[in-house]
Amino acid sequence: MDVAAIRQLFPALHQEVNGNPLVYLDSSATSQKPQQVIDAVKNYYEHDNSNVHRGVHTLGNRATEAYEGAREKVRRFIHAKSAAEIIFTRGTTTSINTVAYSYARANLQAGDEIVITPMEHHSNLIPWQQAAKATGAELKYIPLQDDGTISLADAKATITENTKIVAVTHVSNVLGTINPVKEITKFAHEQGAVMLVDGAQGAPHMKVDVQEIDCDFYAFSGHKMLGPTGIGVLYGKRDLLENMEPVEFGGEMIDFVNLYDSTWKELPWKFEGGTPIIAGAIGLGAAIDFLNDIGMDEVHQYEEKLVHYAIDKLQTVEGITIYGPKERAGLVTFNLEDVHPHDAATVLDAEGIAVRAGHHCAQPLMKELGVNATARASFYLYNTLEDVDKLTEGLLKTKEYFGNVFK
Amino acid sequence: MSLNNLDMLYRQVIMDHYKNPKNKGTIDGDALTIDMNNPTCGDRIQLQLQVKDGVVEDAKFTGDGCSISMSSASMMTQAIKGKSISEALHMSESFSNMMLGEDEHFDDDIQALQGVSKFPARIKCATLAWKALEKAVKS
Repeated sequence: MDVAAIRQLFPALHQEVNGNPLVYLDSSATSQKPQQVIDAVKNYYEHDNSNVHRGVHTLGNRATEAYEGAREKVRRFIHAKSAAEIIFTRGTTTSINTVAYSYARANLQAGDEIVITPMEHHSNLIPWQQAAKATGAELKYIPLQDDGTISLADAKATITENTKIVAVTHVSNVLGTINPVKEITKFAHEQGAVMLVDGAQGAPHMKVDVQEIDCDFYAFSGHKMLGPTGIGVLYGKRDLLENMEPVEFGGEMIDFVNLYDSTWKELPWKFEGGTPIIAGAIGLGAAIDFLNDIGMDEVHQYEEKLVHYAIDKLQTVEGITIYGPKERAGLVTFNLEDVHPHDAATVLDAEGIAVRAGHHCAQPLMKELGVNATARASFYLYNTLEDVDKLTEGLLKTKEYFGNVFK
Repeated sequence: MSLNNLDMLYRQVIMDHYKNPKNKGTIDGDALTIDMNNPTCGDRIQLQLQVKDGVVEDAKFTGDGCSISMSSASMMTQAIKGKSISEALHMSESFSNMMLGEDEHFDDDIQALQGVSKFPARIKCATLAWKALEKAVKS
């Protein structure tokens, strides 16, 4: 992988921030976009802009072909059986909420269980809290181990015959833990439950094969994988989606409309009420092309190299605490002794280094870690070992700076 | 921006309050208690006020957060003690204006927080304690 060449393709990376070259280490929040993606969106608006699925005219056909072409790209990217199983949404949050509203509320009752983990992002936690409240089902957690992983034995023990839904993140956005979603899916299916995988931090960084995982739902966002904001995907197994009611009703999703009753379009369109996110889907398609040209295994291996280097390097900073397991995806969450993460992030920003500070939309996990906030550096294919060096130097300066102001 | 520019933000007096906060703790006996957090970053504060005849007789806080939010709470509790509720609210308004970059003046340590207005991402840290005060008064 030629990272120097890849970096050239990302215009936003080439700028100064506070007088220093930008070091962007916040890709888990959102990734930067390659020119190719920006151009695909621009090209659509400049040449093909039209509504989809209704125009007899040429532009309408072009827009429809581009939109449905993007769906096919997504299908191949996650190895789904059929494009009918690919629903475009606004993002991971909307994808999970669609399942929580449409599937959970129709299939859960008092006495049933929803099983999740303490490392879920709020987007894979609150929809289930609400579904549990609405149906009387119980929300249960597979316990977190000290090293930030969950054990298969605990997963197996937590999922019971009363469990109807298991929802687990593929990759933790705080700890970087890569969860054994394939094995957990097996436990879920053994008990007759459906399995949803939150792939927001998975799909952008590794090869995903939904048929191999055998999960029933897989949710992810375009903007974390080089695509535009406002586009996401809900993958669902066809037989499940067929039996689910739409969440949004209106244009685009109907078959026949009578005065007092209507019928829905076939999959996947019955879940895409209103004019869809056409430009977003096209941009996501371009992002997938970009990632495919590099290869997802390459991306994953490169990020592994970066994160291992980062952990070794950051551990040399005195007073640092690093959270999460050794084997992990490309992010490092940490705290510096005596320096609040917001203060650390402000000093790093003055050096042109962008990191996230806060609770990372995972308040229950922060509680488990015994902290209110942490700092996080997250990597993508355009980051370099030099970025890690700059982060390390930045943290040393942060310590020095606060050491001095404290005197 | 070099690290020197950060000195506008992290003034020595701010760091002193952070390191040795004033009025940190809880009030024994009857007190108005308000919890406030900043949902975007996780900072939290519990503010306690003892108000008698419209005057803030005592103010204490506990909490967890960055140097800016905690020092601001320390300074605020110091400033509002002995002030009437309306005076305290007036100060709160002035503080908000200062954070918006307007020309406001405080006679005490609070003036040191003026530099925060140049760091938009940190304004919410500085106003957390004041928001708690406003919430307390409204209740």
